[in-house]
Amino acid sequence: MKVELTVNGKDMTADVEDRTLLVHFLRDVADLTATNIGCDTTSCGACTVLLDGESVKSCTVLAAQADGRTVTTLEGLAGDDGTMHPVQQAFHEEHGLQCGYCTPGMVMAIASLLKENPSPTEAQVRQGLEGNICRCTGYHNIVKAALAAAEASK
Amino acid sequence: MIPPSFTYARATTVDEALALAAEHGEDAKYLAGGQSLLPLMKLRFAAPTVLIDLGRVTELSYIRDEGTYVAIGGMTRHHEVAHSELLAADIPLLAATAEAVGDPQIRHRGTIGGSVAHADAAADLPATLLALDATFVVKGPDGTRSVPAAEFFKGIFETALEPGELLTEIQVPKPAKPSAWSFQKFNKRAIDFAMVGVAVQGGSVALINMGSTPLRASAVESALASGASIADAAQLAADGTNAGTDIHASKAYREHLARVLTRRALEEAAARP
Repeated sequence: MKVELTVNGKDMTADVEDRTLLVHFLRDVADLTATNIGCDTTSCGACTVLLDGESVKSCTVLAAQADGRTVTTLEGLAGDDGTMHPVQQAFHEEHGLQCGYCTPGMVMAIASLLKENPSPTEAQVRQGLEGNICRCTGYHNIVKAALAAAEASK
Repeated sequence: MIPPSFTYARATTVDEALALAAEHGEDAKYLAGGQSLLPLMKLRFAAPTVLIDLGRVTELSYIRDEGTYVAIGGMTRHHEVAHSELLAADIPLLAATAEAVGDPQIRHRGTIGGSVAHADAAADLPATLLALDATFVVKGPDGTRSVPAAEFFKGIFETALEPGELLTEIQVPKPAKPSAWSFQKFNKRAIDFAMVGVAVQGGSVALINMGSTPLRASAVESALASGASIADAAQLAADGTNAGTDIHASKAYREHLARVLTRRALEEAAARP
């Protein structure tokens, strides 16, 4: 089927199989490979992207369901001049990553969380990241980065 | 993992959805938020040949105050149920249960109707809706009917829905004392299904994952009604249940959890002002 999506501000049209998952559309059709496939079972959150501004697990959304809608991946967060998004900057400053595999999903989940709750408590950040797993167990600095990004965005 | 091949069909109204279901017959399945169905398809536990996407059936996305009850459209997402001011005031148990489903990403996609129609015995919302004596409005080729929650859940992933029927609305009576609620679930990771869970509203108690369907803890409810203490009533939580044994827990451990969580839930519900 034909799908038309706006990905990181760009309109994209493609002919895909009906069963194509959004994450495969992003990685294989749009050639945007920041979004990782981790567990592939809706558990780990590595494939988190924004669909119409809200975090979703792109391994559990069909490209067809996203037809006509707006998707933002990690590649779409930074400014056109390369200025990092506050969440990216905070990950850099707070050492919010170790191996980096979960990072794109973590950053997108936090971007969505801060949109819904611009001044979260630490407990709210931890609760808000319940859908994202860090295989390095580096949660403390990820939480610090989320709180620092909230502070910096004020 | 990629789901098995299917044909994607999109409905934008309830009538269109029913027409598509009639056209494609029993091999077709409705796709609500897809947070349960798509993972099952990827694992080849389900292989419908046609998916009827309800994602654009906007007429099924609402939370309405109907006086004595609240009407919720089947395509209302968990995120919206969890953040509804109306539900927070009048049926906080339901809002809290929706907030306990999965994780934020799942709550941005998953729907209340999808969860109920899917009827996983380990799911959160079916038990809460059973405790709240909800009614499910079902539309099919022959018209509309209402099914009480107590008669809706028939077995594992099995409901009173006939092929082609669509769950359009959930009607939830407002409890006499909204604050007398508690929702407890025990799991290893936040995103896991409940090993066992309990929903309490006043003297109503429903159990998650203690059998093939959500169950009312009738023995506990009767004991409370005849004046038993919370501690004594909670001891009866596993009576009449049929919990399974799996990699997460044995039947005996689930029965233990049911008693402990029921006591905690009843104590919390009683302590709320």
